[in-house]
Amino acid sequence: MYEILKKRDLTLDTKLFEISAPLIANKAKPGQFIIFRLDEDGERVPLTIAKADKEKGTITIVFQEVGKSTTQLGTLGEGDTLLNLVGPLGRPADIEKLGTVVCIGGGVGIACVFPEIGAMKEAGNEVISIIGARNESLLLFEEEIDEISDEFYITTDDGSKGHHGFVSDVLKRLIDEGRKIDLVMAVGPIIMMKVVSDLTKQYGLKTIVSLNPIMVDGTGMCGSCRVEVGGETKFACVDGPEFDAHQVDFNMLMSRNRRHTKEEDLSMKDYKEHCRCG
Amino acid sequence: MAEEGSKRKKGKPKKEKYPMPEQDPKERIKNFEEVPLGYDVEIAILEAQRCIDCKPKENKLLCRDGCPVEVDIPGFLMKLADGDLDGAIKVIKEKNNLPAVCGRVCPYEGQCEGYCTLGKKGEPVGIGRLERFVADYEREKGFTRPDKIEQSGKKVAVVGSGPAGLTAAADLAKMGHGVTVFEALHTPGGVLVYGIPEFRLPKKIVAAEVDFIRALGVEIKTDMVVGMTITVDELQDDYDAIFIGTGAGLPRWMGIPGENLNGVYSANEFLTRINLMRAYKFPDCDTPITMGKRVATIGGGNVAMDSARNALRLGAKESYIIYRRSETEMPARIEEVEHAKEEGVKFELLTVPVRYIGDENGWVKQMECLRMELGEPDDSGRRRPVPIEGSEFIIEIDTVVVAIGQSPNPLVPSTTEGLETTKWGTIVVDDDGATSRKGVFAGGDIATGAATVILAMGAGKKAAKAIDKYLRD
Repeated sequence: MYEILKKRDLTLDTKLFEISAPLIANKAKPGQFIIFRLDEDGERVPLTIAKADKEKGTITIVFQEVGKSTTQLGTLGEGDTLLNLVGPLGRPADIEKLGTVVCIGGGVGIACVFPEIGAMKEAGNEVISIIGARNESLLLFEEEIDEISDEFYITTDDGSKGHHGFVSDVLKRLIDEGRKIDLVMAVGPIIMMKVVSDLTKQYGLKTIVSLNPIMVDGTGMCGSCRVEVGGETKFACVDGPEFDAHQVDFNMLMSRNRRHTKEEDLSMKDYKEHCRCG
Repeated sequence: MAEEGSKRKKGKPKKEKYPMPEQDPKERIKNFEEVPLGYDVEIAILEAQRCIDCKPKENKLLCRDGCPVEVDIPGFLMKLADGDLDGAIKVIKEKNNLPAVCGRVCPYEGQCEGYCTLGKKGEPVGIGRLERFVADYEREKGFTRPDKIEQSGKKVAVVGSGPAGLTAAADLAKMGHGVTVFEALHTPGGVLVYGIPEFRLPKKIVAAEVDFIRALGVEIKTDMVVGMTITVDELQDDYDAIFIGTGAGLPRWMGIPGENLNGVYSANEFLTRINLMRAYKFPDCDTPITMGKRVATIGGGNVAMDSARNALRLGAKESYIIYRRSETEMPARIEEVEHAKEEGVKFELLTVPVRYIGDENGWVKQMECLRMELGEPDDSGRRRPVPIEGSEFIIEIDTVVVAIGQSPNPLVPSTTEGLETTKWGTIVVDDDGATSRKGVFAGGDIATGAATVILAMGAGKKAAKAIDKYLRD
């Protein structure tokens, strides 16, 4: 059993948990993820590790309540426990000194790119961070990211904070200004990663994205998470989750991520009826 | 051997096995309950009494020679024939730690029953059914707690809780070693819980056998992905020896166009969702499975039969087996093929898919196939299927399960230095299961490539003996 030590509401539907998991905290590296299961009837759900604290033996996850399992997870509080928590899974991000690295996070993906910003900075890079969300209230980790980044930009779709527009607008401006950029890392909604990838491809600018396909076991056994990268089938759980953006078939990923939509809606409806939570 | 005062009948044994009742095919495709219902005690004793207790002769193999875990088969049959049920299970459990599992999924026809003298002129003794009967008898009555075992003070880590790992763990515990099993998934059992369907092997039976192994003193840690959560190197710091039984958990693909369309599953994903995650109880259980009405399962092994039969239970109107050779070459057990046919699975033999065709939303809607004919025998000794030119045809389907085999799981070999592997990804072992790393042993599908539950158990048993010797030397 894995105890929730700290809970913070980051936005209306985005929550942060710090969970006791010493073995995972000991091994976790930026870019890796965990899989949790709530109870005996629960599904296995992957979430990126936002922070790992070896000394305290804790990991931090940030999640948006989008389906039944994440909604139910959000009802838990400090002192509650998860039945299963396994990790760290996936290949860690390649962290090395490259020069200037642009780290982009969109929505809940801001929490996923957060550990990579720190690691890239620590490796001696100049780090430019761009975070974006639909509106100001959905931005995450603003202060923390501002503090560790050499440059920091905010974008919102509605203009409530920072640049009125998308993360890709800021990236394009930097490129157009002739800034020397050695690597772009982007984590967020698939459409955001695709737009960033299409942009950087025009300039031959190496770009890494972190993919979030549907998983079951998370250890390379089932192939639910398969994605096409450079025309080859890869399992995001063991070959990824980070890949060269310019090789990724984003349309297939979008299509595959919709394959249980009907069942997901049914599960949510069933949950709301039974828990009477609204 | 029959003891004095035996109640056994004299005279020629009945030629056929006593039939075992089964759920009616029309009914059973509407549920996930077990298909065979098992013997009752009277019939079990009568069936055991068919055994003629033939004497071993030189150069002649008998039932027990066909058992990969060396169960004293005549010994348990004689006890059962005399109505000594407790004695019978005791004999089995001296060698076999998972009898209720083996009594259900072993390919007896090629093993113990294949060597039975009665099989020459009629049907062999139903050894598998009788093993199942006595194991079920003991479980329903409640296990006898094992006697306290003298401890050696040595510690062994077992990686993987499938049939190989559980067997090695149980045997090592019986030898007095402290055993900890590391399982990546949330439930112990490996392929017994993620792969084999509920209607062939109810999960509560696996859980009960695992509980028995725990009662021997084995500790099982779930949620431990060796290679990620903890490495073999780290395990070697804390344990005197390691057994790796991580199985063949990597699905194979054909590499044909359309394999990544929605509605195309690997058998591993399809079965894991249904078995381990209990998607058949969705939405009471959270894991969904999206099922169509016309399901094609590619392959001719037991995993393919399991998938095609599961599809019917999940509401498929048509469930096809697509196999490139003929029925004679099918690797599935005859019993499984018969069960599938009774339930209405349709067999498209000498047929191979060449591409899957999707609709505008990325869902599979058709499959283009080629007809095959059998040519010369290949390396496996089976006649090679050769495509018939111009025989392309389309089958309308909306779900595909690819069940063409599994490769060894690469997680442990790829994260362990100095562990020699073959070009197929299996770990290289000697006859005792020793790997290229001192103190590290391996067995089951990770060493042999995908095989059967009982062969993995045999490998676990052999490795346990070798580990015991290694620890005592």
